[in-house]
Amino acid sequence: MSRLETRFAKLKGEGRAAFVAYVMGGDPGPEISLEILRGLPGAGADIIELGLPFSDPMAEGPPIQKAAQRALLAGTKLRDVLGLAAVFRKDDNETPIVLMGYLNPILSMGFELFAAEAGAAGIDGLIVVDCPYEEGDSLTDALDANGISLIRLVTPTTDDARLKLVAHRTSGFVYYVSVAGVTGVKEANAADVAPAVERVRKATGLPVAVGFGVKTPQRAAEVARVADAVVVGSALVDIIAESKDPVREVLASAKALGDAVRAARK
Amino acid sequence: MNAQTPAPNDYDALPDANGRFGDYGGRYVAETLMPLVLDLEQQYEATKADPSFQAELDGYLTHYVGRPSPLYFAERLTQHHGGARIFFKREELNHTGAHKINNCMGQILLAMRMGKTRIIAETGAGQHGVATATVCARFGLPCVVYMGAVDVERQKPNVFRMNLLGAEVRPVTSGAATLKDAMNEALRDWVTNVSDTYYLIGTAAGPHPYPAMVRDFQSVIGKETREQMLAAEGKLPDAVIACVGGGSNAIGAFHPFLNDASVRLVGVEATGHGMMTDKHAASLTGGRPGVLHGNKTYLLQDADGQILDAHSISAGLDYPGIGPEHSFLYDVKRAEYVGCTDEEALDAFKLCAELEGIIPALESAHAIARVGELAREVGEDGTVVLILSGRGDKDIFTVAKALGRTI
Repeated sequence: MSRLETRFAKLKGEGRAAFVAYVMGGDPGPEISLEILRGLPGAGADIIELGLPFSDPMAEGPPIQKAAQRALLAGTKLRDVLGLAAVFRKDDNETPIVLMGYLNPILSMGFELFAAEAGAAGIDGLIVVDCPYEEGDSLTDALDANGISLIRLVTPTTDDARLKLVAHRTSGFVYYVSVAGVTGVKEANAADVAPAVERVRKATGLPVAVGFGVKTPQRAAEVARVADAVVVGSALVDIIAESKDPVREVLASAKALGDAVRAARK
Repeated sequence: MNAQTPAPNDYDALPDANGRFGDYGGRYVAETLMPLVLDLEQQYEATKADPSFQAELDGYLTHYVGRPSPLYFAERLTQHHGGARIFFKREELNHTGAHKINNCMGQILLAMRMGKTRIIAETGAGQHGVATATVCARFGLPCVVYMGAVDVERQKPNVFRMNLLGAEVRPVTSGAATLKDAMNEALRDWVTNVSDTYYLIGTAAGPHPYPAMVRDFQSVIGKETREQMLAAEGKLPDAVIACVGGGSNAIGAFHPFLNDASVRLVGVEATGHGMMTDKHAASLTGGRPGVLHGNKTYLLQDADGQILDAHSISAGLDYPGIGPEHSFLYDVKRAEYVGCTDEEALDAFKLCAELEGIIPALESAHAIARVGELAREVGEDGTVVLILSGRGDKDIFTVAKALGRTI
């Protein structure tokens, strides 16, 4: 079993959803980013989603746009993010790491080379925002060869017929984008999330993570009652923008979110 | 360069069903937008085949835009350079002063047929924004135009024009605050307002079907040029030259000639401060293939695949990408692409004003700067058509500043 499958199986046994913490790789710089990464499992993150900085993040709202800019200004390259994951893996061989980014830096490195190096760094999954399934075959081939799941986004605009096509080569989990919009702006409507998760689960048989629009522990708990995983990103990276002690504050915020997810179904 | 890409026998057959021109194009958008671009493609294909749509569009192009635009023999510029006779295709005489409205008229009629009630657009120089605001005013639709904050500053007259036309101009401060950032922000708006909003892209780039659709609407330039040259000269021109940023006026001019092997097609990229510097906007000669804004195409990017900021004195060419069909034509060598610096464009701007009494857009001045060499290569017996894509009234402040004058 892959790390993702193992993790979801374990949480299913515990009867609770996974808390997925998103941080941008290299934000605000390599040392702090690594420290945050290393602290996240202890703070309650079941899965880490690690952003790949890109100059033109079309689907991100201001918090993650700014996080990408900070990481790029600090000189973060794609290989540096893989390097962070590799260092993290030395001490933690259980917490799954899913990369989330845009196609061009991966295309620029080359799909085969990227997949091989990401696999070696202990990466478990990849989300590429601007690569719909129609354009994804050669990338999926390269990832498959290295045991990395390509995790597809499903949105409120994805109808049932399309859902089956999107899910076709998806593995690990499906990421349900709970609002039509960019990250970190609109808030998800909990009442809409439950039927949507059910629809995705039925079509794919895979665990369903919900993100884009989950900011507070309260909302995370609501989503955790109906979904298999809850992703929080913008609320965490926003702290880095403002905090004098980002490691402590990000981990404290992650702990509050993780606790809320853990208590949600009790 | 991809030397393996074969030249097709029929350029009209492109793009293919996946929106590909060879390896370029495609639909690289977020899943939220995929159903929307697939729907747009279907609706566009159906609408294109509907004679009532073409009749409606033709009516507006004739009576509102002022088409056909004249083909004008630039006698003094021809004498100045020596060589082939130079003709101007006068797109600057269109309503709103540039070729941009050809595409806007087509797309807004389509948007209304699709039942969309809100229009968004990106703009660089402001010409596409003005053209979009114009058609939105004409048909009574609300319009939001995203424009880089840097461009808002250097194209103030066009910002004011858009406001007069009732459009809301939203300055974009992210990134380099120019055209690519405006396009990012327009995409963010679209992904947020999926049910009522139509994204009216101004250049022949973006996810399929935009590159093909914008090309089709701009092909009126090349079709008219063809007929006008046949009527005036009894034969096709020996060469057609146009500036390329995203490349909509150039692809519109080139496309009806692609299957005519005798016609040389020359695109002029903005080389800014020069190709030895990092301040240019020449995606083909200075970039490499990548994915941005929904399509695979040549892009200015660093070794890590981060998109670089383009530079050109002309806001309309200040974009780090180019339409995918140009990338294809470049690889298969059906079109040639040359460069022109800021300084050469300024000289050509002045030359055209002084010799022909026409103040060209700085974008078009890039083509004017290269037309002399082309005319001499073609020779005295031949003809060259230059696409005068826009007028330069909007640029007088930029030019005055570059010349060290205050107005």
